[in-house]
Amino acid sequence: MKFRGKIVDIACLNHFSRVITTISKLTKTCILRLTPDNLFFVLCGKVANGGVSMWCELSQANFFDEYQMEGMNPEDNEICLEVAPENMSRALKTVQNAKVVKVKLTKKHCPCLTIVAELPTLSSVSRVVTHDIPVDVIPRRLWHEFKEPTVPDFDVSIYLPPLKTMKNVVDRMKNLSNFLQVIEANLNGEMNLKIETDLVSVTTHFKDLGNPPWGDGASQGSSSSQSRDPEAMAEARVDIRRLQQFLMGQQVNPSKAMCNIVHEKVVHLILLHDDMSLQYFIPAVV
Amino acid sequence: MDCVVTGGNVKVLAKAVHSLSRIGDDLYVEPQKDGLALRSVNSSRSAYACFLFAPLFFSRYTIPSSYAFRCKMAIKSVQAVFRSLVSLEKTVEKCRIELDDQKNRLTFTLHCKHGLLKTHNLSFQDSESLQAVFDKDSCGNVFRAQPRLLVDTVVHFPPSLEEVTVSVSDDRMWVRNHVEDEAEQSKAMLTELCLAADEFDHFAVQAQNRITFCLKELRSLLVFAESTGLPISMYFDEPGSPVVLSVTDSVLEGNFVLATLSDDPNHCKDNNRRTCTQPPPPPDDFMNDDMDSYLIAMDTSIAPVPSTTGPSTSPLVASTCSKQPAAVSHRSRKRNEEEKGKEGDRTADLNRPPDKKFCSLFFGSVLPPSPQMSTQPITHQNVLASDSEDDTCME
Repeated sequence: MKFRGKIVDIACLNHFSRVITTISKLTKTCILRLTPDNLFFVLCGKVANGGVSMWCELSQANFFDEYQMEGMNPEDNEICLEVAPENMSRALKTVQNAKVVKVKLTKKHCPCLTIVAELPTLSSVSRVVTHDIPVDVIPRRLWHEFKEPTVPDFDVSIYLPPLKTMKNVVDRMKNLSNFLQVIEANLNGEMNLKIETDLVSVTTHFKDLGNPPWGDGASQGSSSSQSRDPEAMAEARVDIRRLQQFLMGQQVNPSKAMCNIVHEKVVHLILLHDDMSLQYFIPAVV
Repeated sequence: MDCVVTGGNVKVLAKAVHSLSRIGDDLYVEPQKDGLALRSVNSSRSAYACFLFAPLFFSRYTIPSSYAFRCKMAIKSVQAVFRSLVSLEKTVEKCRIELDDQKNRLTFTLHCKHGLLKTHNLSFQDSESLQAVFDKDSCGNVFRAQPRLLVDTVVHFPPSLEEVTVSVSDDRMWVRNHVEDEAEQSKAMLTELCLAADEFDHFAVQAQNRITFCLKELRSLLVFAESTGLPISMYFDEPGSPVVLSVTDSVLEGNFVLATLSDDPNHCKDNNRRTCTQPPPPPDDFMNDDMDSYLIAMDTSIAPVPSTTGPSTSPLVASTCSKQPAAVSHRSRKRNEEEKGKEGDRTADLNRPPDKKFCSLFFGSVLPPSPQMSTQPITHQNVLASDSEDDTCME
């Protein structure tokens, strides 16, 4: 198994670091899947992380100037690693002015993802910083756990309000709430965020958000979109901390941000950026 | 005692105090003929810092002539005098430090703009002098760099990182984080930075050694050096000997003496590797539960002893160095004892409670003025105290 990637463009390095930082705010560890064309950061829903799952997809060509990999074997030309994204984020944070950054899979005292940066100096010799991040190699037989999630049969799909606004609302609601946040939306471009406690209930209403056109081929609710009452709200009650964590991690406004709700089952958040896409599933609390 | 600091020097004095506050909780103040010494040491005696301000640093420098005055005070109180560096710079014209003998306090008066006077009366306790034994001029490895270089180096390490390992070859210096725990090694991220000799103002390597010491104290010196723009000099020998970090200019000298790990199991390149066996337990009154390898020796013996003052230009070299019953050695021990295999050492280490194997610094106490103290040149090398088998701390 081999992996070697090189980033020379400062903007690419900056974007790559930002993606990693976003991921690091969402989870302590995750799976990094490397394929010839893409990198995926995957978190599969487990009880330990509150059942949330995440799928982040980057096209390697958007970031790397050079990218070579050799997977397990020619049929399974992929590498699957368990890594702590915070380590990667930390390593990249201080080398933003590097001339070259290389990321490679190495074997030091254990398998590592090594980030080597050449920093500009006044002297004739570049300053080299090396970060060795221990990783665990995921065996082939477990790869099926980390497949791309399918878009669920949602009841409503809606564009999200500006993330910053949403974050402000959720932050304040969290202070009042008992950890449960209700997210509801309808096909009329309306979304409500609600919390209910013994003393108070607060609802923030968003209007005119718009609903993404998924097209006939995409999955819709079991009641087809034509017959669904546009005013009818699909709702899910989720752990507000998960939602807050998701919103806190976002550093840049995505080009598209939307939310699919399966009534009382799951909230599926999708963020599309120029160079990466991020999906986040928060299960509903019964 | 009556000293006055004016203008920009007030801020320098303040920064020195803040820097010392990151070492220990007490500030040891000793006005000497060659300047005002401000010192601090950490509780485990593995880090010592001293700033000496020459008389020329002050616009007035009067010290008690009839007796040697020294005291210690809570450093937080002194920090409170110099709390806001920004306002110090803008409003304070001079700072006066006076000794009030009767009331056992030092009065710090800040003369500010518009005739405003801020007076702080700080009580002190009498104390013995605090001086570490070290001689940086005899160290084999000497480096000097602009503070920016070191600041840019430590930025790659997380603020929480405790220890850092510095290794040198003839033309390179590597700095990496030190991971102590065996268990952590497979989980911890390792960061290493390589600096070339020509990034330094001075780079002299006598022995290609590798030392490990606490990053926190280095950071506190860096804050001082960066703000004053003074280059930082670094002196060390082999692991176990302390590393000395200094900043100097014509009117002040700052020395940070940090203990280094005495046994580096990774140091297999060095053929002359000497192992350091476990030190004898330190005296009970200073015993620190998880740091029994620390040397904590405030020797208060009366017997006149050969002093180990350095060359007269270096005001910070310690004075007395008497017999140290419980001192941890490093070099002297290594030579005295048989070399143990690496394995033996590791097992020995595993049996000990998890602790840092720092060989700490010896602090000789300065007795009531001894004529020997400042006149005898240092006759030998450095720092650490030898073990009880040696009669003297010198070799």
